[in-house]
Amino acid sequence: MIQVIIALLPGTVAYAWFFGPGPIVNIGLAIVFALAFEAAVLKLRAKPVMPHLTDFSAVVAAWLFALCLPMHAPWWLVALGIGFAMIAGKHLYGGLGFNPFNPAMVGYVALLISFPREMTTWYLPGAVSGQTLSLAESIAYSFGSVDIGQWDALSSATPLDQVKTGIGQGIPIDEIRQAPLFGEYGGRGWEWIALWWFVGGIYLLISKTIRWHIPLSLLTAVMSMALIFYLIDPAVYASPSFHLLSGAVVIGAFFIATDPVSAATTDLGRIYYGLMIGCLIYVIRVWGGYPDGIAFAVLLANMCVPLIDYYTQPRVYGQK
Amino acid sequence: MARLYKFHGGLHLDGHKAESLGQGLRSASLPEQLVLPLRQHIGEYNKPLVEVGNRVLKGDVIAANSSLICAAVHAPTSGTVSAIGNYPVAHPSGQRDCCIVIDVDGEDEAASADIVDPNELDSEALIQRICRAGIVGLGGAAFPTSPKLSRGKTHTVDTLIINGVECEPYITCDDILMRNYAAEVIRGSDYLQRILAPRTTLIAIEDNKPEAIAAMQAALAQQPLANTEIIAIPTIYPSGGEKQLIQILTGKEVPHGQLAFDIGLLCQNVGTCVAITRALEQDQPLISRVVTCTGDNVSQPGNWEVRFGTPVSHLIEQAGGYKNADEAFLVMGGPMMGFALHSDQLPIVKASNCIMVMREQTIPHAPGYHDECIRCSKCTEVCPAQLLPQQLYWHARAKAWDRTQEFKLFDCIECGCCSAVCPSQIPLVQYYRAAKSEIRSAHKAQFKSDRARARFEFREKRLLLKKQVDEERRRLKREALKQKQAKSGAAADGEPDPVQAALERVRERKKAIQEETR
Amino acid sequence: MILAIVTISLMAGLFGLVLGYASIRFKVDGNPVVDQIDALLPQTQCGQCTYAGCRPYAEAIANGEAPINQCPPGGDATIVALADLLDTEVLELNAEHGEHLDVPLVAVIDEQTCIGCTLCIQACPVDAILGAAKHMHTVIADECTGCKLCLPPCPVDCIDMVPERQTIDDWKWANPLDQLLPARDG
Repeated sequence: MIQVIIALLPGTVAYAWFFGPGPIVNIGLAIVFALAFEAAVLKLRAKPVMPHLTDFSAVVAAWLFALCLPMHAPWWLVALGIGFAMIAGKHLYGGLGFNPFNPAMVGYVALLISFPREMTTWYLPGAVSGQTLSLAESIAYSFGSVDIGQWDALSSATPLDQVKTGIGQGIPIDEIRQAPLFGEYGGRGWEWIALWWFVGGIYLLISKTIRWHIPLSLLTAVMSMALIFYLIDPAVYASPSFHLLSGAVVIGAFFIATDPVSAATTDLGRIYYGLMIGCLIYVIRVWGGYPDGIAFAVLLANMCVPLIDYYTQPRVYGQK
Repeated sequence: MARLYKFHGGLHLDGHKAESLGQGLRSASLPEQLVLPLRQHIGEYNKPLVEVGNRVLKGDVIAANSSLICAAVHAPTSGTVSAIGNYPVAHPSGQRDCCIVIDVDGEDEAASADIVDPNELDSEALIQRICRAGIVGLGGAAFPTSPKLSRGKTHTVDTLIINGVECEPYITCDDILMRNYAAEVIRGSDYLQRILAPRTTLIAIEDNKPEAIAAMQAALAQQPLANTEIIAIPTIYPSGGEKQLIQILTGKEVPHGQLAFDIGLLCQNVGTCVAITRALEQDQPLISRVVTCTGDNVSQPGNWEVRFGTPVSHLIEQAGGYKNADEAFLVMGGPMMGFALHSDQLPIVKASNCIMVMREQTIPHAPGYHDECIRCSKCTEVCPAQLLPQQLYWHARAKAWDRTQEFKLFDCIECGCCSAVCPSQIPLVQYYRAAKSEIRSAHKAQFKSDRARARFEFREKRLLLKKQVDEERRRLKREALKQKQAKSGAAADGEPDPVQAALERVRERKKAIQEETR
Repeated sequence: MILAIVTISLMAGLFGLVLGYASIRFKVDGNPVVDQIDALLPQTQCGQCTYAGCRPYAEAIANGEAPINQCPPGGDATIVALADLLDTEVLELNAEHGEHLDVPLVAVIDEQTCIGCTLCIQACPVDAILGAAKHMHTVIADECTGCKLCLPPCPVDCIDMVPERQTIDDWKWANPLDQLLPARDG
């Protein structure tokens, strides 16, 4: 788990670089709440507390959960989400190792459905708006002691959201992407953050924390789906590189889908699992009701894991 | 050189072999008493052939089983049988088993040997003499050798594999044996070739034993054998497991439920080859073996030729004793597949290849606490049997025995790779062993209840039949009586019925007694 | 109208034929549930369930006349297996019928005291006692189910029930799960 935290660092720093210290505040809050909830539930379940807190699984879940939130979120949103993740997503199933769903995604989806307005109020990167909130302002915002209206000008939809809305209105992709929100390949800022997630992911692969099957198959699925439809009609379907470098595809491929507890366990199963998530991401992005689909794709694939594992058992030595 | 293949998974482990290789091979002194378990092999128990008080000579058969004489126990030295009874033996349970105790007289007087030139014997006679010597596989499984050879002979053995791999850490007994007795290993292979007539013979040695490889190559050069090759195989655990070694050398898998010779292969350990050579050339039965005594809690680790029945404590004394006797953990075998010994007052037996004397419990054991499985599948990556250890664990933990069998629990070779890599330190192999025990015991109970049902139903049927037969007989009797009465009734009417007469007599006697008592 | 009647009648006739054929072709002898239940019972034939053997008890369970928790020799394992088969709830073993022993018992005849009356031979449900009138009897330990039915008829009380001899091969590896300590903090 420590390896995962190390691998998360470059991307997190890049995120804060482009969007200000808001994400850091979110991560900090989420970790504190996660540990508190975890300790409380362990105590209630009469389980040993320290060994479970120090396995850092709650920290990693909180970190990933916080990265999914808008860069500025009120504290109660963070607490509610991570609380739901820890209690309903993890401990109600029996704690670490027994949860069929990725807890971070459970928490995120719960918030996305319950608080759509808060969950879709994103902010412009500094490179576009010319300013980001300071650390103190971010903290003050989180605890509600600062009026939101003051920064209304900075708030905006995410690039993926923008594309979705634009296509809905019949605007060709090329035109949508003229907006300052977009960079060379994906969303401005987002594309560089994705690169750093990629660096972290490579570290996970090299340190043998994860294996290549899920990230590779997931990215392959997203890219090939995007390529096929891009070739069919580039005016309506964004390019593969745009899909790869916007939203959470890269962090999803390396950090979220690879959560061992809820992922498939056989080599072949992991490839199917990654392909399934990749296809679902694209389907949800392009035809679904939400701009990005990592969370739903991962949860849907989680549901299929027992089936996938059952039908992809390797041939045992000496068996036909 | 032949092409080598790979098996799935496996581990690169710290060898810890140098510790016990410094001193060469030494002979352990004779202890005062030898305790010889009646069964030191896989199979039926032997029955003692001696009685308390008998004097035995080195090489005398002291226990055997008429149905499997090939795993007989011989007296390792001369002395007097002082007891036959239950003594603690080297077994994971720590339980006692039936043993013969010999008080050693120190003379080491040998029984007369019947030496015949093995070159003049045919293969049947060779097997016969190997059988007489009580030789079992010395690699660890202790399967009797001569039945294996006899059964191998009924198949076409394409490749004979001589196993000098010794992949488990700490153990060096085969290494030192090859360095010292390379010529005997080669001659043993020669006898095996004569018995089995294989197309090729492969002598496999892990490449972390360059001295042993060199010694074996020199011996082979001196005494060339046809179609025989010494192959250095890459060091990866568990390459010395029979199934894995077969896979490395031939790329074949032994099908589930079959044995190596079913696919034209036969494996023998190098130690077994030496034992075969000695049995054939000197008529010497299996009474000793090379044992490694090593670990971080023994003063002078090394290898010794030890007579069977020697207490572990005596071997540890030979090795300079414990460094710290209060905190000593003993393991028989290696750190991956060995088992913990409950004391040092246990005899060395045919299957004992190594005694590890450690400061800490190093083999997977029930720790009282372990983290939960996070399904990371590192175990799946290393499993040489290509099982899904985390699924097996899941079902074993839930005591869902039939599910564990669906996931091929019994194809697990208990190599310990999964336990070794588990980040949650789950003693996976212990779970599998427990599950296997439960399933075996359930099978036994099922067998017994099926038998009881058959016997019960047979008895019911028998009783029913008996009832019918009885009734039939009574009916016939009644009919015969009726006919008789009908016949005689007319002819002899005046004659009194004998039964009626007897009843009358009894009634009269009773009356008389009653009157007397009044 | 007529077409409909003809069609329906034809179909009815056809299905009737198929069903009739199936009932002959796939005829099942006896009551398979009883066999399945009987297969799960330990076959001690001890009668502790109050029925005259395992099969009668199996029949009673199949007819819904007896609960599944009356078999002490089978213990919890049998109850779980029965509950699994019949898709019913797992019950606690009914203590009225006796308690489950981990190591089964076997009968042993004290050969000094035995008078050779053959009463125990007649009582043994699995023919596990060997002997003849006025000759000493002995129990074939491997076949004895430990049912204790031979005890009451013995006029000289020379039969003892002893735990089955356990060898090193009967030993079972301990399950680490059972050795896990309760919650440990730290």
